[in-house]
Amino acid sequence: MNIVNLSKIAWKAILLNKIRAVLTMLGIIIGVAAVIAMLAIGEGSKESIKENISKMGANMITIRPGAGMMPGGVRDLSSMQTLKLTDYEALKEAAMLKAVSPLVSGNGQVIAGSNNWATSIYGVSPEYTDIREWGLERGAMFTDEDVDRIAKVAVIGKTVQENLFGTDENPIGKIIRYNSTPFTVIGVLEEKGESTFGQDQDDIILAPYTAVQKRILAQNYLQSIVASAISEDQATEAVKEVTAILEKTHKIPEYLDNDFNVFSQQELITTFSSTSEMLTILLVAIASISLLVGGIGIMNIMYVSVKERTREIGLRMAIGATESSILLQFLIESVLISITGGVLGVVLGLSATYFVSTVIGWPVSVTVFSIVISFLVCTFTGIFFGYYPARKGAALDPIEALRYE
Amino acid sequence: MKNAIIEIKDLHRNFKMGDEIVHALRGVSLEILPGDFVTIMGSSGSGKSTLLNILGCLDKPSEGDYLLDGINVNSLSKKELAGIRNQKIGFIFQSYNLLARTTAIENVELPLLYNPKVSAEERRHRAAEALKRVGLESRMKHVPSQLSGGQQQRVAIARSLVNNPVIILADEATGNLDTRTSYEVMEIFQELNDNGITIGFVTHEPDIAQFSKRTIVLKDGIITQDSKVQNRLFAKAELALLPEIN
Repeated sequence: MNIVNLSKIAWKAILLNKIRAVLTMLGIIIGVAAVIAMLAIGEGSKESIKENISKMGANMITIRPGAGMMPGGVRDLSSMQTLKLTDYEALKEAAMLKAVSPLVSGNGQVIAGSNNWATSIYGVSPEYTDIREWGLERGAMFTDEDVDRIAKVAVIGKTVQENLFGTDENPIGKIIRYNSTPFTVIGVLEEKGESTFGQDQDDIILAPYTAVQKRILAQNYLQSIVASAISEDQATEAVKEVTAILEKTHKIPEYLDNDFNVFSQQELITTFSSTSEMLTILLVAIASISLLVGGIGIMNIMYVSVKERTREIGLRMAIGATESSILLQFLIESVLISITGGVLGVVLGLSATYFVSTVIGWPVSVTVFSIVISFLVCTFTGIFFGYYPARKGAALDPIEALRYE
Repeated sequence: MKNAIIEIKDLHRNFKMGDEIVHALRGVSLEILPGDFVTIMGSSGSGKSTLLNILGCLDKPSEGDYLLDGINVNSLSKKELAGIRNQKIGFIFQSYNLLARTTAIENVELPLLYNPKVSAEERRHRAAEALKRVGLESRMKHVPSQLSGGQQQRVAIARSLVNNPVIILADEATGNLDTRTSYEVMEIFQELNDNGITIGFVTHEPDIAQFSKRTIVLKDGIITQDSKVQNRLFAKAELALLPEIN
């Protein structure tokens, strides 16, 4: 018995029934294409989330007031006011942090000349742009001196600039009024685009936190503190250090939960990746069902094929085919159908992926893993669903088979 | 005295049909020597098909011994039997049993595909030789639907020859053919036999039996007659006597 010869026989049988073979393959083709495309879309969205979060500053650490990140729970207002400037001062001394900035923010109407625009104002320290890895397109960031002087200066985002001054006018030195408090524009931030959550990151005004706290919000607490670790690898260490420092300044006894929480970008990535991973698994599960249906299609056709080739099987046995060579012949046939379907499915899947990325513009990422897996699944499908009909053929009695009409 | 190719001793074959046991063969003994041309005759139900199936190693006897080319077939496994069929026996059927939409040469190659010792090149060569022996060298690339019944049967004969079997077993090989074509096919059988090939031929047509050398008649599972053919006919001469068809 010779695998090469049996493969030739099986391949010939497929070629003799091309249309039937192609129709049988269709199930596998669609299944594999769906799996490949779904995995590519899932992987693509995961990567774009990762990239977007890293773009916010790969080693950024965020400290927020309140215990835990329980969504939907009712929170005591006072628990949202636990971060104070003293915390910021304390964190400045942290060894693992490169830069720290407090953050106070408010929303309001900003006016320049006859234009007005609703936006957010962020009161931060000069390090904020470093932490966010955000450059300036024009002008300069305000300085520590401006912070000390409670200077009414502002650095504006691209969206704010466009809405207040248009694209042509140079806004540097111009006065904008935020809730009737005048600020002098001293810089324009580089365009950063949409965040992972679909928020326009350029719709922002940065001003010294002292000015925002005292002149606009009149509050003594901070919405959050942002910092950057010395390096991305040390983000976890930095989170620990920050937690330790704040536990000390907040005098939190061990039996109580902390009234703040600290997380790194890395943790954010993990959280959001796991969400998109869940989605990917769901998509692939749905796609796999079509692969299963395709497999049943193969089984059906192989069953018919064995039935209508009963005489052929009888003849082959009469001239010396063993049971196992008949079994293998039909098994190879079904595997060839499923693998050919798999190859066409990969091609179709890649084309669909290409279409999705170029025409619809979704982020995609094809992994070798998904292609390898599809092939393995196809081969397995062929063997699994081809085995029963093949065994049916191999178990025929040659005398009966030769007499079969 | 030459050693017998086929030696059967007191062969029985019983089939269970529900509660009843059908005795298809009830003690058949015979020897076939190399170069013989034996016709097995008998009415339907006489057991001739059963005997042929056993001779062809498609079936095993319930009782008795069967030695093919010195090998006791009874002791062989299914797989070994397949090997015997592949290398020692050539089969010819009433309905040709060629693979549809497969060229003549590929049909002839078929038995060799199951013999791993034969290379692709040798396979092609031997198939072409076999087709030449039955006079179809010009039809190698034709598929069965492009061939006449007689030509199809000749392809089947070539297929039975290709593995150089010790015996060719034909089951009603002329059953689907008209007189002239039957004679043409018998001519090929006689030629092959003249070249030393042993043939076992099952038929129910007495005139066809006249072309062979020996006739065995079965009735109810027993051999009732085993005789040398008197007034043997020669296909070539008979064909010349048939009226010309234009």
